[in-house]
Amino acid sequence: MKTAETHPVLRALIFVALALAAVAFLAPFAWMVSTSLKPLNETMSLPPKWIPSSVQWNNYPEAIAEMRYFWRYAGNSLFLCVMTVIGTVTSSALTAYGFSRIEWRGRDKWFLVLLATMMIPFPVIMVPVYGLFKDLGWIGTFKPLWVPSFFASAFNVFLLRQFFLTLPKDISEAARIDGCSEIQIFLRIILPLCRPALLVVALLQFLFTWNDFLGPLIFLTNQRDFTLALGLQSFQSQQGGTSWHLLMAASTLVILPVIVLFFFTQRSFTDGIATTGTKS
Amino acid sequence: MTKNERRRLATGLLFISPWLVGFFALCVYPLVSSVYFSLCDYSVLSPPVFIGVRNYQNLWIDNVFWTSLYNTVFFAVFAIPLGLVVSLSLAVLLNFSIPGKGIFRTIFFLPSLVPMVCLAVLWQWMLNGELGLVNNAANPVLHVLNDMLGTAWSAPNWLQDARYAKWGIIFTGLWGVGNAVVIYLAGLQDVPRYLYESADIDGAGFWQKTIHITIPVISPVIYFNSIMGLIGTFQVFAVPFVMTNGGDGPERSLLFMATYLYENAFAYWNMGYACAIGVILFLVILALTWLATKLSEKHVYYAGK
Repeated sequence: MKTAETHPVLRALIFVALALAAVAFLAPFAWMVSTSLKPLNETMSLPPKWIPSSVQWNNYPEAIAEMRYFWRYAGNSLFLCVMTVIGTVTSSALTAYGFSRIEWRGRDKWFLVLLATMMIPFPVIMVPVYGLFKDLGWIGTFKPLWVPSFFASAFNVFLLRQFFLTLPKDISEAARIDGCSEIQIFLRIILPLCRPALLVVALLQFLFTWNDFLGPLIFLTNQRDFTLALGLQSFQSQQGGTSWHLLMAASTLVILPVIVLFFFTQRSFTDGIATTGTKS
Repeated sequence: MTKNERRRLATGLLFISPWLVGFFALCVYPLVSSVYFSLCDYSVLSPPVFIGVRNYQNLWIDNVFWTSLYNTVFFAVFAIPLGLVVSLSLAVLLNFSIPGKGIFRTIFFLPSLVPMVCLAVLWQWMLNGELGLVNNAANPVLHVLNDMLGTAWSAPNWLQDARYAKWGIIFTGLWGVGNAVVIYLAGLQDVPRYLYESADIDGAGFWQKTIHITIPVISPVIYFNSIMGLIGTFQVFAVPFVMTNGGDGPERSLLFMATYLYENAFAYWNMGYACAIGVILFLVILALTWLATKLSEKHVYYAGK
């Protein structure tokens, strides 16, 4: 609460509570990095030490070598991220435009249908979707993982529509009087004004694809085609939970790109997430 | 319809056509076929054979299915309210003017970026009974408590113990509440100041303001987050799957509906049976969302309505 001066003692207590929570939230990261730099025997010493007696940078190249196709996995993940970002940004922006900047009969009813589709969990439709892709001969290729993104995601449409609605109607009217077609208004006026929103959608999609596990698990069949997330899981199950120093090194490597991306785009990230919950 | 109206309808449909195609091909068709396949003997390798409600009859007497349903409900019943309390409390604390607010927000948000597989691998290590950080932090505390109270508590071997395995997954999930913290904080910042100012004049304290102003005003955000949490927790898959190396956990304590669906579909190629599980999963989510919406009509406050 921002009104009425909070008592200094209370403020100090709140600060301490937040600091303790922050330590609890950071501890797993510190533990992960600490383990990833330990020699194997020190991962098993009790009580656990935070600082390894000698820092084993070598665990990282070793983990990469043990995973065999690490760089291929990274390339596959990156390829899928790029494709799905392109796919979802173009298709969701077009769809969101149709749901916000043009008035047509039945539009709001269709929008409710779109919102309702967000409630369908992927496991529920997974089997027929698998069957469909099998009939197309797509199992074991990347296509099931990126082609669907070109058909717009309900969540991204919802997010972009919120932004499109904030732009005044007059700018479209003025452009229409000047003889612009809808696609020209979309490309030349609305899209440039909505760059921050498009960036949010791109970031969220990148994260989703980078993190996705179930999709790659059912659609990819060849180990060399795995994504990093799936490759890490496969590495973990081979290890059977013994070489924790290597597993933590590999985990760190999979998390790192996401964290780096976050720090470069922090503002649009958190603003975008906040928007998803509050502007509905 | 006038000519102009017809033209706008055509343009509108053209713009939403990417979604429309996807809606029919990747949503309506799979949903309808899922219901149809759930009435079939189907292995993907050969065409489905209609067998009526036999899959559902088998589910009814399948103890493993009931275990998965129980585990999923257990997980949702504890994970959603706990997540709500933790994330809302952190957001309320962050909403005070505190030094380092931005840094705290970033710290709480970071874990929600961690990919599910990494989350699972990391917390499998965190929750390791002997070597894990959680128990090594808990043991000294329990030791002091035991000395004081004369008890004999000890930290459980989380993921290897059927009684505690689900709690392990629930705690793992709590680490990722940062997403909700950011959403709640944004909601809290939208609460009009004059409400607090007039409450101050009336001499209301922190709790009174929280219960009578903050919670009602942000109730739409709570509703939104709870529905999202509901849909998310009912399809929990990746974390328990990775933590158990693709298994079910001790005494099937980590077998969830999505796991059992996956096993039937892709381990036993029992696609019809898997679809029946999917249909039930969907119906459960629909019923609970409907229930939550009914409750929200009474308790959720929408400004301007």
